[in-house]
Amino acid sequence: MTIIKRGLTALAAGALGTALAVPAFAEPVKFDFWFGLSGDLARVVDTLCKNFNASQSDYQVVCTSQGNYDATLQNTIAAFRAGKQPTVVQVYDVGTATMMLSGAYKPADKLMEENGYKIDYSDYFPGIARYYATSKGEMLSFPFNSSTALMYWNKDAFAKIGKTEAPKTWEDVGADLKALKDAGYDCPMAINISANESWQLMEQFSAIHNQPIATKNNGYDGLDARLEMNKTKFVQYVTDLKKWYDDGLIKIKSKDLGQDMVQAFATGTCQVIMTSVGDHGTVGKTKKEGMSWDVAELPVYAGTERKNSLVGGASLWVLSGKSDAEYKGAAAFLNFIHDPKTALFWSTNTGYIPVTKSGFEYMKANGFYDKAPYKGREVAIESLTASEPTEITRGIRLGNFTQIRAEFGTQMQAIFANKESVQDGVDALVKNGDAILDRFQQTYPNKTLP
Amino acid sequence: MEKRVTFGRWTIGILFAVPQLILIFTFFYWPAGQAVYWSLTLQQPWGGGNIWVGLENFRSILANADYWNSITTSLVFAGISTGLAMTIALVLATLTDRQLAGSRLYRVVLIWPYGIAAPALALAFRFILAPEAGFMAFANQFWPGFWDPGLDGADAMASIILAFSWKYVGYNFIFFLAALQAIPRSLIEAAAMDGSGVVRRFRDIQFPLITPTIFFLLVINITESFQDSFGIVDIMTAGGPANATNLMVYKIYSDGFRGLDYSGAAAQSIILMLLIVALTIVQFRFIERRVHYR
Repeated sequence: MTIIKRGLTALAAGALGTALAVPAFAEPVKFDFWFGLSGDLARVVDTLCKNFNASQSDYQVVCTSQGNYDATLQNTIAAFRAGKQPTVVQVYDVGTATMMLSGAYKPADKLMEENGYKIDYSDYFPGIARYYATSKGEMLSFPFNSSTALMYWNKDAFAKIGKTEAPKTWEDVGADLKALKDAGYDCPMAINISANESWQLMEQFSAIHNQPIATKNNGYDGLDARLEMNKTKFVQYVTDLKKWYDDGLIKIKSKDLGQDMVQAFATGTCQVIMTSVGDHGTVGKTKKEGMSWDVAELPVYAGTERKNSLVGGASLWVLSGKSDAEYKGAAAFLNFIHDPKTALFWSTNTGYIPVTKSGFEYMKANGFYDKAPYKGREVAIESLTASEPTEITRGIRLGNFTQIRAEFGTQMQAIFANKESVQDGVDALVKNGDAILDRFQQTYPNKTLP
Repeated sequence: MEKRVTFGRWTIGILFAVPQLILIFTFFYWPAGQAVYWSLTLQQPWGGGNIWVGLENFRSILANADYWNSITTSLVFAGISTGLAMTIALVLATLTDRQLAGSRLYRVVLIWPYGIAAPALALAFRFILAPEAGFMAFANQFWPGFWDPGLDGADAMASIILAFSWKYVGYNFIFFLAALQAIPRSLIEAAAMDGSGVVRRFRDIQFPLITPTIFFLLVINITESFQDSFGIVDIMTAGGPANATNLMVYKIYSDGFRGLDYSGAAAQSIILMLLIVALTIVQFRFIERRVHYR
């Protein structure tokens, strides 16, 4: 009996030994990464993942596109509630406040420290790092794809009115648009006024002019922040845009109407647009044969001291409730993305800008910005680093900001359709936006932003 | 006397009903109950906890002017698109029923639109109705500014009504045609021999005989216009411009999923459910009286 028992124990121990030993040199640890990019950009992310998997043999990242940013956040929340969340997830800029209060993440800086990676956080461009950092400066997530808004202008059209440079002030823009119209251009400038354009029309404008969007330093200092763009230069700006629209200097272009503004610019229909640097590649690839164009920083009103523009895009969050082995893999993955060589690969294949100074220097040293089609994208870095971020130009930290953007679209449409005056429209935006913020604050009682 | 299978004990009967009951419970009562619970609390989207707020969610929704606007647009949408889809379908079905040349072909072709998924047909209509590139661009060339769904709320509403009606014409057509063909030929032939014309025959014979179908389609069309309109709105207008097409079902989606306000969205869907129930009761109570079942 005892012999049999001992024999069985030995057998079991042996089996256990092999079971433990085998995975060590065979199966890499798998972990999930969900992202919100699609189409061309999704293919670039897939390549990035393949490169990471090929660069080492311990971990394997499984990258899955969820279609768009909204869906990524929604699906991640659903998965988290069911306990099936991915290890790493890409969350868009305006989702930052929601993530910070979720209690569903592992702080990125702590993760890197625990796994022995030294990341120099001062290497990030301050305008980018501060957007995602806590009010105390800790990095809870890693900046990933980043862009900012630029003004695209048609050099040929401006040459016709005797200009060789892009307008630097809004006063000049007004005069130039008038001149373009008089020179026979039917669409001097194109804008769109759906929810998404809150980014360039309201958020970037306010940052560059150092104007607050909300109290409490745009929400960084507390959930009781409320909107206040109805008292800033933004009202003047909307008034001017509306006037130019009424005068036929600005046309509204959107996909629903037939042509979005990037297409309108690339085909030479419209001469000026404001959009993300991420569209730089698209314009270059799809522009009308022989058209000469360039990008410039967004204009300011005369006499304004220019501040840094805001970063747009998304950051990578590591979610809680995963195993140590998966966290090790996630740390290795984030470290890989942080590498300047990855920055060069990423920016070459997309329109996004490098997020670190070392990445930017590495790309400059490689001659990336010297010639077409990438020449001009350095303007985005200049715009982002125009000044040290102020309390207001750090970013926007408001709950449910997606809904506030939707409200922006609604009110702008009402203003442009002459349903209400500019001041009434912006006041309504503040009133309805505040109701959204009220609700967000009620949902998270006794909680504070980190 | 009729022979009936009876069970001595009621438990066996229940046992037979169990599979069905489980299905209904899992897919209807449980989610609906969950929605009621959510509508009475404030849910943190990530599941970190919730607070009991009683009827506060309903109070804040009903105090919101945007929500009342959304109810009005939904009712306008339901009324016009149901009227349009049913009238056109009835006319087409009556004509097809008269065995005019090519009616066999129409019978097949007219059913197709219902088979197209809402987002796909919305995309098609978006191209057709685009003011700069589509079919309506011609109209705009002659009357600049005539058609602008991007800024004009009435134009946007017209676009989604058109798309929705187009889809439901196909659905209604099948039912109308079936109902018309179920009317005994002899009745119509007898009327024709008595000298009544096409319109008279329709008014006195066909229309009264198909009222059950008309009533059925009325209920279905109104219900569906509250629910099935989501895909069309999402693709064509996204609720804009300036909330002109922000139907109740779309507002539930955008508040709940985009705004992560699960509790507010749950409360809205309870209200939508009550509204549809109320409308259906009204229809059965007041319109069904005029229906002649055979």
